[in-house]
Amino acid sequence: MNIGTHGGACGHSCCLRVQDLTVKIGADTILENINLHAHCGEMIALIGPNGAGKSTLLKTILGQQAYEGIISFSVPGSRNRKPKIGYVPQSPAFDPGDSVTVADLFACCMSKRPAFLGQSKTLREKISVCLERVHSENLIDKRVGTLSGGELQRVLLALALEPLPNILILDEPLSGVDVEGMETLMDMLDEIRKTYDLSILMITHDFSMLSRYADQVILLNKQLICQGTPGEVLDSEDFRRVFHRKGGNL
Amino acid sequence: MEIWYSLCRLLPAEMLRWDFMRNALLATILMAFLFGLTSTMIVTGRMSFFSDALGHSAFTGIAIGCICGVSAPVWIAVIFALVFAVLFSYVRSKSNQTADTLIGVFSSTAVALGIFIATLNGSSFTKFNKYLIGDILSVTPGEIGALALAFVAVAIFWVIFSNRLTLSAIHPELASSRGFSPALSQGLFTAVIAVVVTLAISWVGLLILNSLLILPAASARNVAKNLRQYHLFSVLFALVAGVGGLIISYYVGASAGAAISLVLAGIFVISFFLRKVRC
Repeated sequence: MNIGTHGGACGHSCCLRVQDLTVKIGADTILENINLHAHCGEMIALIGPNGAGKSTLLKTILGQQAYEGIISFSVPGSRNRKPKIGYVPQSPAFDPGDSVTVADLFACCMSKRPAFLGQSKTLREKISVCLERVHSENLIDKRVGTLSGGELQRVLLALALEPLPNILILDEPLSGVDVEGMETLMDMLDEIRKTYDLSILMITHDFSMLSRYADQVILLNKQLICQGTPGEVLDSEDFRRVFHRKGGNL
Repeated sequence: MEIWYSLCRLLPAEMLRWDFMRNALLATILMAFLFGLTSTMIVTGRMSFFSDALGHSAFTGIAIGCICGVSAPVWIAVIFALVFAVLFSYVRSKSNQTADTLIGVFSSTAVALGIFIATLNGSSFTKFNKYLIGDILSVTPGEIGALALAFVAVAIFWVIFSNRLTLSAIHPELASSRGFSPALSQGLFTAVIAVVVTLAISWVGLLILNSLLILPAASARNVAKNLRQYHLFSVLFALVAGVGGLIISYYVGASAGAAISLVLAGIFVISFFLRKVRC
């Protein structure tokens, strides 16, 4: 197991590289011999059937899962600094009865001052700035359990962007979001990666968005089945075989 | 204690003529803060049955302490409750049974063990009745000191850990991704519940202990619009019910613990009808 920085052959100032990654849980091999490479400013979509190991791959990159192989990062400005990773978890279900507001959620993550004492003026302004990044400053006093799917994803995205990460990882950000909300969210992610020049790695089951937004698509099914531009992957024989599709009708 | 007694003399309440009532009032106020605070996290973390089971394990610990001839069986009960909590967490992490099933297994086993030990060699169970019903009027100044220490410890714990506890309770995966270990904060919180439950069992009683651990926050949850109000209302409701219940019990001559629980239940009913004031 090795997490470190690398210069390697990559000409980009920052990137994430996964080499010969294998993840075993007990006797089961969840991921085998995965190799991938992401540059700053790139949006990479991870696709694959249920149980393909997509979430496991994200958790491994996040450092929450033991693995064999190499995961290395190159961060601009320093070769030794660990990259900051922003993470938006899968299906974030909050209890509708909880008394935790969006501001409370941010305060719990951002401040050492107990959130139950309320937020200082400075912290509240900082939270507003974070929410402005996703055009959601109006949600600051709403309880997290009352947010719609799209609102919740925007709030969690704002949270993942504080502190501003080098890599943003999203586990099925489009699930539970209506069609209009999906476009808003994808436009926002597109804007964020261009504004902050960060890599975005996301799992999605919504293939219709891939051609418009993704730079790279990775088809995973315990192994890396195929990798390329959205057009290359979605038109491939591998894609049709894995998803039992007869043609490229998305 | 003398300062407290002097303060009580300034109040025009007839019931505060008695030292035992003054002790009971101070103990009730301290317990209200302890229960009000811990209640918020028990309810948010869906640990209601778990806290009930810890109460049962505390009873078993007291029975073990008594049979061993320990002068202060409450501390044996704290240790037993902690062992119980660790064992439960271990089995839960290794088993595919749901948490409520495992709580049932542990809770019933603990009570059975407690009764078995208490009645060993034909002993009478009568001396353990006070742990079932509780008697706040029997609290001594020394025990109030222990409560005050527990209160300070819990307050410090809350200032340090409440953010990560809240995050772990509402979304463990998000908490992990922010570098908070849910296992550590949950483990420490379990220890806090064990201490609070065990300290209070002699005065509140096993049978109604859990109502004090759940009702303050359950009522606060009905009306609180944010985390600050949630904590504030929970402590306030526990305080109002504690003092109110003690006064009622004095004038009607019923169990103080039961009266406090009933006032809390009344507050829950009112908060239930006011729940739409939340946005």
